[in-house]
Amino acid sequence: MGNNRTSAVDGRLPVTKTYKLYVGGAFPRSESGRVYQVTDKKGQFLANAAQASRKDVRDAVSAARKAFPKWSGATAYNRGQVLYRVAEMLEGRREQFAAEVGAAEGVSPKRAQADVDAAIDRWVWYAGWTDKVSTVLGSANPVAGPYFCFSVPEPTGVVGVLAPRASSLLGLVSVVAPVIATGNTCVVVASEERPLPSVTLSEVLATSDLPGGVVNVLTGRTAEMAPWLAAHADVNALDLCGAPEELRADLERAAADTVKRVLPAPATEPDWSREPGVGRLRAFLETKTVWHPTGV
Amino acid sequence: MGVPSTTASAVSTASAGAVSATLPAHLADAVRDDAALRRFLHGLPGVDQVGLEQRAAGLATRSIKKAAKLWAIDTAIRMVDLTTLEGADTPGKVRSLCAKARRPDPERPDVPRVAAVCVYPDLVEVAVAELAGTGVGVASVATAFPSGRSSRAVKLADTRLAVEAGASEVDMVIDRGAFLSGRYGEVFEEIVAVREACGEAHLKVILETGELATYDNVRRASWLALLAGADFIKTSTGKVSPAATLPVTHLMLGAVRDWHAQTGEARGVKPAGGIRTTKDAVRYLVAVHEVAGPRWLDPHLFRFGASSLLNDLLMQRRTQLDGHYSGPDYVTVD
Repeated sequence: MGNNRTSAVDGRLPVTKTYKLYVGGAFPRSESGRVYQVTDKKGQFLANAAQASRKDVRDAVSAARKAFPKWSGATAYNRGQVLYRVAEMLEGRREQFAAEVGAAEGVSPKRAQADVDAAIDRWVWYAGWTDKVSTVLGSANPVAGPYFCFSVPEPTGVVGVLAPRASSLLGLVSVVAPVIATGNTCVVVASEERPLPSVTLSEVLATSDLPGGVVNVLTGRTAEMAPWLAAHADVNALDLCGAPEELRADLERAAADTVKRVLPAPATEPDWSREPGVGRLRAFLETKTVWHPTGV
Repeated sequence: MGVPSTTASAVSTASAGAVSATLPAHLADAVRDDAALRRFLHGLPGVDQVGLEQRAAGLATRSIKKAAKLWAIDTAIRMVDLTTLEGADTPGKVRSLCAKARRPDPERPDVPRVAAVCVYPDLVEVAVAELAGTGVGVASVATAFPSGRSSRAVKLADTRLAVEAGASEVDMVIDRGAFLSGRYGEVFEEIVAVREACGEAHLKVILETGELATYDNVRRASWLALLAGADFIKTSTGKVSPAATLPVTHLMLGAVRDWHAQTGEARGVKPAGGIRTTKDAVRYLVAVHEVAGPRWLDPHLFRFGASSLLNDLLMQRRTQLDGHYSGPDYVTVD
């Protein structure tokens, strides 16, 4: 109980947060028991985060697979409502997120606040897309026969997401929201250097109506976890957004062994504040085309 | 609790003919009549519940990795009684199950075959035709499975139906009602009768430990079945929860070990129901090795009654050999 652990202002002992993983709706420590130090941009200690192992990857994939039938089977309207509820919860934690983003990214409080606001708006934007995506990306096809022919987009399945390395909240939201908006479930490997906002986002997801397992967040060494995720036969798609440059080719090769859909990483991290478009929604959808005889 | 004298005399007749000739004196004495049987079963030492559960939990923490794990997976596959016991079973489903039993992982011919396919008596014929010449056995449940609530005549007819259709193994259920109300002679006599109806077929006796309430009862039922000539003692039907548990299997393995020590005969154990993952299966194998002995790590003396376990074993086998995690898309849905 040294002075350094006592808040200078009111003499209270600070209650510090344990940053854990988010798997299947619960907050476990890493199976390996490991943690690693997270620092701010200047190298000052911020917190210890859980350092997930390949077995945590395995558990997260099982949790995501288990959550898939219910989440993909929910109506688009219901998914939209749930995602909007997440945005409501984000709104309630604006200050906390702004402080964490500011500490993680080393930006001014004003800039951090703007990023958080943009992230909440992004989430609402994708929540709105849930019941529009099949209209925009699906079609009723003209065919030369007495049939209706429809093409409808369907979720790919379990998506492995390597979150952007620099943008700890806006970037994270911009890659996770489109994946789950269309009915996929995902395993997210958070930014290695800036993982803390992702853990707080997990707490938001856990306290909204999102079913456990739809989003699973792992913190730790990207280079350690990514190969297991890329090679896992029960993962259907991979977003390489935050993959380290030197690993990208290997990850694509590993993903090809089990015929995963891969969204390649951009050469440099994009400016997340720009209008995202439907590219990321489309990336993790399969098109199912059905022919149906017209009534006689 | 009193047993009619006719039952007692029937016990003595049956035991005189089929069982007692090969048994050591004190066991032959136990099946002399109903009173002796009761005295013997109630004279068995009580089970230390805490000790048993602790030992089971302690052995379950043992870590089996790499080559040993691969060996365990292949051994477990060879021990699986691939089971389908649904009201909705069809000849088609049994045929596809048999195909899986013959070649569990079609992409890897080196995967061993399972021990047997386990079906209801009316589907034995289908399974026998599918599995002829493969070395995979056909097991059939019988004796009014799963409740065992029917007359002796019906139970024996059920057994004969299975055996005449070609079943090489019969899984019978004991009459738990009779056992729990202390009518041991009746249960004994029934097992002996079914044993005779089986002819050449192996007899597995299902104790349904989930309904026996205490470990002491499980120990008594195990000895009762062994005395009556069971080739295997099996934990459960799979229709009652809890089904197979590690402590109960420990107890039954202990009974089989003691039986071997006293008579020189090796009898088998089959946990059934609720074993779904490779991890569970490996825990059972550790128990077999530690409680009964390495000799029991053999499909002739230890079986798993399971349906979904095989898929997990195959996935884990792929994971071990491919160096990456496998998924349910790569095994058959059944």
